[in-house]
Amino acid sequence: MLLGRVIGTVVPCVVYEGLQGVPMLFVQPVNKSGEPKGAPLVAADATRMAGPGELVYYEGGREAALALDPWFVPVDHTIIGIVDTWGQTSKDDLGTTLLPRSSFEV
Amino acid sequence: MILGRVIGTITSTINHPFYDGKKLLVVEKADPSGAPLGDYLVAVDDVGAGEGERVLVLDEGNGARQVFASKDAPVRSVIVGIIDDVTT
Repeated sequence: MLLGRVIGTVVPCVVYEGLQGVPMLFVQPVNKSGEPKGAPLVAADATRMAGPGELVYYEGGREAALALDPWFVPVDHTIIGIVDTWGQTSKDDLGTTLLPRSSFEV
Repeated sequence: MILGRVIGTITSTINHPFYDGKKLLVVEKADPSGAPLGDYLVAVDDVGAGEGERVLVLDEGNGARQVFASKDAPVRSVIVGIIDDVTT
């Protein structure tokens, strides 16, 4: 799994069978410092509760679809959970979007 | 499997039911000497690893599901070992 920041929502008008009602969110992958890394991607939201601005962790590949119900659906990235806090050993690695370890807030 | 070092922990209230009660760690990938490669992943801890420890990470879905004796768990990365030493 990797960490990403939700930067938007996607509203499809037609989706493949089994994906009706599954929220699609625009996610910007981040590196271990919380800085954007790579191109944004569209991920299904298994929590159904994530929203723009939140830090989430997402799964890719075959396991992405397994998080959904029904699970036999064409999905390649799925948000598994919303990060409440996360800490790193090295304070030098902390990015501007993440508060210091002692604060533990995302 | 890949070598890495635990650099952080993740707490999460809202998550997929499979992850209830599971410990999530941020693991930085490392070479055999322990030098960081820059990349990272979030893995479920199955052996009781802690921050700063060198670990062995299984990054493959079928093996990961086998660890948790599940056929449909949405899991791919699992910490399956704590490393004392690597000889190359």
